[in-house]
Order: sequence, then C-alpha cells, then structure tokens
Amino acid sequence: MNKNYIAQIQNLNLDFKGKKLFKNLNFDILENRSTALLGTSGVGKSTLLRCIANLETKNISDGKIVLKEGTNIAWLSQENSLYPWLSILDNVQLYYHLKGSKSSQTLQKAKELLSQVNMSEHYDKKTYELSGGQKQRVALARTLMQDANLILMDEPFSALDAITKIQLQDLTCTLLKDKTVILVTHDPQEAIKLANHIYILKNQPVHIEEVASLQGSLPHQISNEKLWNLQEDLISKIQEKHKESEI
Amino acid sequence: MRKFFNVLIPIIFLFILWQSVIVIFDLPHYILPEPKDVFFQLINQYSLLWEHTQTTLIEIILGIVLGCFFGLGSAFVLLYFKRIEKYLLPILVISQAIPVFAIAPLLVLWFGYGMASKIVMTIIIIYFPITTACYDGLKNTPKQWLQLAQTYKLTPLQTLFKVQFRASLPSIASGLKIAVCIAPIGAVIGEWVGSSKGLGYLMLHANARMQIDLMFSALFILIIMTLSIYFLTNYLTRKFIPWASHLH
Repeated sequence: MNKNYIAQIQNLNLDFKGKKLFKNLNFDILENRSTALLGTSGVGKSTLLRCIANLETKNISDGKIVLKEGTNIAWLSQENSLYPWLSILDNVQLYYHLKGSKSSQTLQKAKELLSQVNMSEHYDKKTYELSGGQKQRVALARTLMQDANLILMDEPFSALDAITKIQLQDLTCTLLKDKTVILVTHDPQEAIKLANHIYILKNQPVHIEEVASLQGSLPHQISNEKLWNLQEDLISKIQEKHKESEI
Repeated sequence: MRKFFNVLIPIIFLFILWQSVIVIFDLPHYILPEPKDVFFQLINQYSLLWEHTQTTLIEIILGIVLGCFFGLGSAFVLLYFKRIEKYLLPILVISQAIPVFAIAPLLVLWFGYGMASKIVMTIIIIYFPITTACYDGLKNTPKQWLQLAQTYKLTPLQTLFKVQFRASLPSIASGLKIAVCIAPIGAVIGEWVGSSKGLGYLMLHANARMQIDLMFSALFILIIMTLSIYFLTNYLTRKFIPWASHLH
C-alpha cells in the first residue's frame, strides 16, 4: 500500500436492492487530507462511506477495502445520532460506556471536549433538550473522543439552519485539522469549504471522478472568483450526471 | 388540579346519568341498583371485597409480569434468530385468532381451579401486544444508532441489549399500556369459568343470589383497579423513559 494513502478501494463490486451499485470501483484516499464525495441523493455516497467503515460487508460481492495499519475510524452522521436514554456526558463517552470501561480520565476528557465545542454549560441537560446544532456539537465531541485518525462524515450538517451550519463547519475544520476526513455531501459549497479533494460520483454503476484539488488551509472561504466559479462548475457537473442517470 | 377535575367531572356525570336512568325508567334494584346502594355495599362488605380483590390483583400482576417476560423473550428470539422468524410469527398470529373464552375451560382443566389457570389466561391475553410492540421497537431502531454501535464493533448481542432494547422502550411502553388494560379480562374470564375466589367469582356468585348491588361494587373495584394499574404504568413509563415523547 502506498504510504500516502490511508484507504484504498480495490475493484469493489457491490449489489444493492438487486442493482449493481459499484462495479470494479477503484478509489484511493490520501492521508491527512479532507476528501469530499459529492453527488445527488441516492447515488451511493453513503454506501461507499459505509463500505470504508466496514458496515456493508453483506452486499459486497467482490473486491476489498485496504486500510492503512493502525487506522481508527470515527463516524459523524446527521442529526439524531445521540442516544436519548444517555446523558450528554455519557453520549460523549459512548464508546467507553458501551464497552463498560468508563473512568475518571474519560469523564475528564469528555468534559474538555464538550468545552471545546462550546457545550460546557449543558453537561446536565438531556439530549432531547438540545437544539439540532447543539446535538451536532455533542456528536462532534463524541467523534473526537475516539482519537480516530480517519473521520467519516455522512452529511453531518444537512439538517441544520444556515447560521448553525456555518458555525459548525468552521468548528469542525478547526478541531479535525490534522485528521483524515471523508465528507459525504450533496452541497457543492460545503465540499469546497471543507475539502482538499472533491470527487463527484456518477450514477449506476458508480464511477468516481476527481473534479477539484484545492490548496490552502481549511475552511476555504468562497469569496474569490476562482472558488465561486468552481462552485458553479460543480453544480453544472452534478446536474449533468443527474440527467445522464435519468436517461 | 386541572387534571383532577378532568377526571372527576366525567365520573360525576356518569353517576348522574346512572341515577337518572333509574328514576326515568323506574328500574327495580335487581336490574340496576342505585349508586348509593353500591356505595353502601363497598363500605359494608369491605372485608369480603378486599379478600376477593387481593386474589384478582395477584393474578393480574403475576400475569402481566410473566406475560412481559415471555413477550419480551419471544421478541428477542424473533429478532436474534431471524431464521425462525417465519415459523414463529404465524404461531403468534394463530395464538391471537383463538378466542380466549373457548380455551378458558381447557386452561382450568389443565392448570386447576386455583390461580394458575387465571394467570395463564392473562399471559395469553397480553402476550401478543407485548411481543409485537417489543419486536417492532427492536426492528425499527434508527439506522444511525445501529451504525454507531457497528463502528464501535459491538457484538450482535451487545447491540441487542445495549442499543436496540433501549431504543425499543417507547414501543414496549405503548404495548404495556394496552396490556395492562386488557389483563384483567383474562383474570376475570378465568374466574368465571372455574374458581372459588376473585372478583370474577364474586360477581357470578352475587348475580346468582340477585345481589346486584354487590355485583356492581365488585365491578366498580375492578374498574378502579384497572385504571390504577394503567395510570401507574403511564406514570412509570413517563418517569423512566422521559425521552420517549421527544423522539420524533
């Protein structure tokens, strides 16, 4: 395995609901970079993410996903991923809670992470008392609690209002600065803002095409003309692919 | 306070309606006794009623506890051993298609005149709502909660007990609320068919001796008992699963 890659998808074949979703799919993910998978709903972005997380073993008919040795995966999904029967602190320590290995150190770390995501005043609240944005902050703290080096994000901001979304995108970039991130999104603006490499998924069977490789530190601010044009370009490309798949 | 009046007002209305029917249609007391007669029976026959109430209450509570035990157990088996689901589900549905009245004499024959046959009857009555409610709850655990458990590499058994069971609690609570309302039916039917104790037995006995006021007082206790169990269940589920009403 090339040392620059953290994950390599090799000749992946996957059947989903009787259709061939992936056919000999090859795709490499660079370490310590943020990669966005862009495409319309239902194209197979989340399925690909689940494959990388080893959650789709049943449907894979051929091929493999090779992860770099020592890779730890953490998952950040949409809103409502917190367990409502647990306290906020227990949700952040979820891994340790479920494994029955909570300790004073994990509690201390959970509190630190909650304060990093500006949730230190909400320790005692129940998860159902939190807003959508606050829930995602807690979920982000939980993701960080795992000390993973590969973070998989499945449209984590899609259910949030515009202002909360911007705040959380910026916070995520700051906190996940040195990690490898794979972000699934259908929002070109989000992809440009949060990723170094942007890929578009073509429809069934899925093909992946790299459409942009961006330099500079994250988050990218779409204030210059180049990035604005890229956004327009991505929108038209997604629409193109969507039309192709409809035909 | 407002809730108290919400309950009290319909009760007062029912008593007024009851008394009015007697006055308007000039009904004799052996057809429909006056509310005050039933009230006097509750006072005068206190010890007799209490003795029979205890029997029925024990039958109901044991029936509910064991019914929940078997219901939850069956739901876990259905979910965990998917291969036997297709064989077990039809048996579950068939168990509901058999009228409980039809098997009541058989249960008395098999389990005797004591409490056991009434407890079994109660179990049979509540088994289906508990099993289906729990099974639906387990099956419909939100995808993102399961994915999280998978990424943490929990075993299927750990996922079942630590995630799916907890996630199914609101659904189980709904099933339990239905179960506690129908559980007394099982106990009383069992007592009607063959027993020497319990409110069902007392009602039959009083009816045969034309002690309709005593029969009504037994019925009144049965209603109060069912309502108390229901409200207690409702209170406990709200207390222990406060997040259930915030799920959607």
